[in-house]
Amino acid sequence: MDGLFSIVPLIILAPFTGVLINVFFGRKLMPRRDSVAPGVIASSMAGFSFLIAVLMFFALLANPAGAEVPVLTWINVGDGDFTLHIPWTLKVDTLSSVMMLVVTGVGTLIHIYAIGYMHGDIDEKAASRGLEGEEALDFKRRRYARFFAFFNLFLGSMLVLVTANNYLMMFVGWELVGLCSYLLIGFWFDSPEKNEAGQIIGVLNSSAGRKAFVVNRVGDFGMLLAIMLIFWSFGTLEFDDVFARAECMIEAPQAECLTLSAAELAPQGEGEAAAEEHGEGEARALTTPIALGPFAPTLGVVVTAITLLLLLGATGKSAQIPLFVWLPDAMAGPTPVSALIHAATMVTAGIYMITRSNVLYAMAPVSGMVVAVIGGATAFVAASIAVAQFDIKRVLAYSTISQLGFMIAAVGLGGYIAGIFHLATHAFFKALLFLGSGSVIHGMEHGHHHAHGQGEHHDAPHGEDERPFDPQDMRQMGGLRKHMPVTTWVYIIGALALAGIPPLAGFWSKDEILLDASLNSTLVYILLTVAAFFTAFYMGRQVFMVFYGSERTEAARHAQESPPVMTIPLIVLAGLSVVGGLINLPVGGLHPLGRWLEESVANAHIASFNILVATISTVLALVAIGLSYLLYGRKPLEEGEADPLYSTGPVFTFLNRKWYWDELYAAIFVRPYNRLGDFLANAVDWQFWHDFVHDRIIADAFQGWAAILSRPIDLGIVDGAVNGVAQLVESTSRSLRRVQTGYVRNYALAVLMGVVAILAYLAIRFLV
Amino acid sequence: MNLPTLESINLAASLPVLILAGWACLLTAIDLFISPERKHWTAWLAVLGLLASGVALGFEAVAYSQRGAVSAFGDMAVVDGFALFLQGVFLLSAFLGILLALNYLPRHNIERGEYYTLLLFTTSGMMLMAMAADLIVVFLALELLSLPLYVLSGFAHPRLDSEEAAMKYFLLGAFASGFLVYGIALTYGGAGTTLLSGVVEALVGGGPAPNPVLAIVGMGLILVGLGFKVAAVPFHMWTPDVYQGAPTPVTAFMSVGAKAGGFAALLRVFLIAFPATGDTWGVVIAIIAALTMILGNVVAISQSNVKRMLAYSSIAHAGYVLVAVAAARYPEVEPLAVSAAVFYLLTYAVTNLGAFAIVIALERDDGTGVEVEDFAGLAKTRPWLAIAMTLFMLSLTGIPPSAGMVGKFFVFQAAVQASVGDPLILTVTIIGVLTSVISAFYYLRIPVMMYFRDGEGQANVQPALGVALALTALATFLLGVVPAPFLQMARHALLTLAG
Amino acid sequence: MLNETVFLVPTSYFVILSAVLFSIGVAGVLLRRNAILIFMSVELMLNAANLAFVAFARSLLDQGGQVFVFFVMTVAAAEVAIGLALIVAIFRSKRSTDIDELNSMEG
Repeated sequence: MDGLFSIVPLIILAPFTGVLINVFFGRKLMPRRDSVAPGVIASSMAGFSFLIAVLMFFALLANPAGAEVPVLTWINVGDGDFTLHIPWTLKVDTLSSVMMLVVTGVGTLIHIYAIGYMHGDIDEKAASRGLEGEEALDFKRRRYARFFAFFNLFLGSMLVLVTANNYLMMFVGWELVGLCSYLLIGFWFDSPEKNEAGQIIGVLNSSAGRKAFVVNRVGDFGMLLAIMLIFWSFGTLEFDDVFARAECMIEAPQAECLTLSAAELAPQGEGEAAAEEHGEGEARALTTPIALGPFAPTLGVVVTAITLLLLLGATGKSAQIPLFVWLPDAMAGPTPVSALIHAATMVTAGIYMITRSNVLYAMAPVSGMVVAVIGGATAFVAASIAVAQFDIKRVLAYSTISQLGFMIAAVGLGGYIAGIFHLATHAFFKALLFLGSGSVIHGMEHGHHHAHGQGEHHDAPHGEDERPFDPQDMRQMGGLRKHMPVTTWVYIIGALALAGIPPLAGFWSKDEILLDASLNSTLVYILLTVAAFFTAFYMGRQVFMVFYGSERTEAARHAQESPPVMTIPLIVLAGLSVVGGLINLPVGGLHPLGRWLEESVANAHIASFNILVATISTVLALVAIGLSYLLYGRKPLEEGEADPLYSTGPVFTFLNRKWYWDELYAAIFVRPYNRLGDFLANAVDWQFWHDFVHDRIIADAFQGWAAILSRPIDLGIVDGAVNGVAQLVESTSRSLRRVQTGYVRNYALAVLMGVVAILAYLAIRFLV
Repeated sequence: MNLPTLESINLAASLPVLILAGWACLLTAIDLFISPERKHWTAWLAVLGLLASGVALGFEAVAYSQRGAVSAFGDMAVVDGFALFLQGVFLLSAFLGILLALNYLPRHNIERGEYYTLLLFTTSGMMLMAMAADLIVVFLALELLSLPLYVLSGFAHPRLDSEEAAMKYFLLGAFASGFLVYGIALTYGGAGTTLLSGVVEALVGGGPAPNPVLAIVGMGLILVGLGFKVAAVPFHMWTPDVYQGAPTPVTAFMSVGAKAGGFAALLRVFLIAFPATGDTWGVVIAIIAALTMILGNVVAISQSNVKRMLAYSSIAHAGYVLVAVAAARYPEVEPLAVSAAVFYLLTYAVTNLGAFAIVIALERDDGTGVEVEDFAGLAKTRPWLAIAMTLFMLSLTGIPPSAGMVGKFFVFQAAVQASVGDPLILTVTIIGVLTSVISAFYYLRIPVMMYFRDGEGQANVQPALGVALALTALATFLLGVVPAPFLQMARHALLTLAG
Repeated sequence: MLNETVFLVPTSYFVILSAVLFSIGVAGVLLRRNAILIFMSVELMLNAANLAFVAFARSLLDQGGQVFVFFVMTVAAAEVAIGLALIVAIFRSKRSTDIDELNSMEG
């Protein structure tokens, strides 16, 4: 079976092939407006990847140790003391296989769904721009092909990330994913961004993509520093070697461990060593000095620094405090993009990375605690914000942040299995909810067009309230149960799974996290439990607001069920959301996922089911749903009626404004930065460089020299040599005069240039 | 550091400077009691101070010829042939500067007694500079030299040109002295001392805390500060504006005195403190010299304002002296090069002051009359003036029989000696010769204007100015025809380590 | 000769700080148009040199550098007197201290 591992590069190759096909031939593959070829190609590539992932799964069943499949040598420099050898080698082990399955499996379903969704979306955008006939077709050709090219690229990038066997390659995937998110969030870069009231605020969608990219770069910076520190301390970037050397350094001096490689250690049984290590991890004082330039901090300090920097990276990609602000704005992208980002790719990267680095985190209990507290706080804050949102996708976005907080908290507390378990189940039901919300939006838009197509309300404001039509505003929905039965039912399943109602998938995974938290940190446990309560409440609120009660707008009255290409993936995902818990059912010591991950996650531990924790969370979830029924279900919102939560006054505003987090960042970072930028642009660039250096020095001098140089050619032939030289000198003189501009600062600049020239010469003379 | 004794201060050796500075202080007070109509009394009192200082200088010179160089202020100053020669040049320039101003100031309604006291102050700064053997003294002397000149540049206040000139000179001068001070600080940090002789020991022999890198960076910045004073490219840009805007007697004095003061410091600092890095600063100064000669001479061609033209000419002449400085880095050439430099400064001083005297004679009360066209027809109306001006222009160009020719010859002789085995110096020397040919373009335009163009050249030569003109013309001629005694004096103008 | 306890902060830190201050001063001269601000920037350059002097004097255990600082300060004071007088004179004629308005002479 081992030979089977060697086909793993295909899992990355397939999506990238899809990218190439769609980039070069995508447009030609669309002869008619209803052509779906680019989508089919992209989906089949994703499906092929999924197939490979399944094959890898079977190969691992036979040989759980997995394999490393070299593809090529990327960087190989240096000799002697300093060597940098970065191969591109794909790592197949149980952990990466779980990630591969989730990424490709859920990814494929989202791809299929997008085939239908993007048709409608692009048509709608084309109509709103007044494009018709050939223009509209051309627009669609370009956008449709581009979308699936990006989509495949996204999937492939994520696979690069999860199959990397070293930190640098992981970072490559990490960055590629960031790039794709930028491209896809800003997919409608030329459409105006709307605020929550649906007003155009004059900025293009591209600013959301930019925000995601910039915020992610902050985290990437931490990640990069961590990578440098790892290399500096351990002399390698390959996961297994890093971990082996780190553990070696606990006992032995740094120098002795630097040549160690995991392959040599393997016979001794890494698992045992690791298990033993975990047992006394916190008791052990990591005092081995690590040589870092002029400093020699202890191993403990270095590992803590590394893990905290990695955490900064994770807070960026996995949208944790303080870097979560990009994720809600990422809703500007088309709904399948949201689903792909939130469920299958990108945001899970942080959890995966921390799980992958579990050996390091086990050595740095402080970092672990920080991770857990950040996760718990994020779970709580985001869940509370989600309670007060009206945009159907924004609720889900904050829900994602909150659920990621659960996972981060879990891995921070050492519950790696719980974290990955939740990652998988969450992928199922969050993809379901997002695609479901997409279906709702699709239906609403359809209804809107239908209502207006009949010309009844052409000039009248839509509905009675003055809000412009916004297909994502839950206040404009209601009663969709009657119009979109399939969507309704799958959505309710997803909501219940997210709320943690047994026996749906979410219950099992969330319960395991809560169990880990209850054992390790009361603070985190309380934060997570409250967050779980909020979760159930906002999902209840959403379901009642969207699907129950009466229709609050014409659009809702005319909403239509989505086509099967969209509903079938929903049904599949709903099925997974129901039975997903089975992969790690804690009954009777089964824990299949736990056993599976133990093979590759050294510090994995299997938590036994605790009936008390499970009961508390279930009861709280039911109470929360009951509460939401009392507020939204028993007496549904009518047209124009305000949300009952408004009665809480400032609390609601505070939550609705997302704890003023964006405003805070604007005040602390964005505005000072803009001001600095303005200063640099106006004072330095424009006034100094442009007006001063450019106009007065460079331009004048250039013209002067041009005159000097052009003169001999003009004159040398016409006049005699002597005369020519004389005139040359004279014209040179006239040109050089222009450098003398009369401006003091210009003169000072000349002095400074002289200084720089002299110092540069001295530097070259003495230092080089 | 030992406590200074009266002996180590050696007040007698620095008497010329002390007399001048003390008299300047006193004159500031005396001037308060002189009524505005009699301000020329202040002028003559100032001349008295110069004379007293000159007498003291004469005694010093005699003493020097008997016992050689002595140091003063605990080795921070040294009285050697170099210092004495240049001090003589400064006193002469100051005297001529007063003569030039005597009638100019009342004509322009700017007769204030401070002109003369400030002139004495700046002259004492120059004289101090000539004997500075410590970077602290170099700095103090430079500031004592500069600050009065800033005020003098703006002396025609409220004439806007003059104010503008003062402002530009002041801001850029302060900027440049910022570099100088920082350079001194770094040198101090690198060598552990500010004594020039101590710096050389630290760099060569390893003093208390030698950090050559700091000292070398410091050297570069000191070069900037002093290069600004001598108007070397690219630190020259203040020169045309300031020369044009300042009252003409100030321009005349400044173009001579400040430049010579800057070179005094440049020569002493680089030859005494940094001989070990001669191959470095030699290259830098040679390149700067080439640029300075090229730019000064080339841009002067397209000037129509004579003051401005003479400003570029003054830049160009700084380039020639810099050639001598660059050549002086070779120990075997050093005596020749140093005497060439100081002799050149002397010839330039008399010639340039003479040329400016003529400009003053032509300048009308409103400040106009300093264009090249204003010289048209001067040979008919004022033949002697025309002859004198022709002599000065020939001297500036370097054509015999004139002082300038001897000076240039001397400098190029030193440069040719140094260029044996140094192609850079050879190149720079060739550039020097070529640019001095180019300089004929603009210098000789004035005689052409005077003799071959019709016009009514107006000039107003008052007694003091006439004396100055006669003196400078005579000196220019004599230095060109019988240079031997002066050359002999310059031969003795050797640099001495603090003794 | 060197007293260990004196050197709590390495001299290089002071020198770096002084270099930074000096550069800020230089940048100020180049970027500012108000004569007074240019002038202040020049003073900053001088004070940067002073800082370097004091730091070197401390590390060399030599008073020379500290004495120099007094000279620099005195000279700076004299410079202030002249500079402000010039600025006032210019301001009286031009009603402005913008240095870029002073460009009647050029070429």
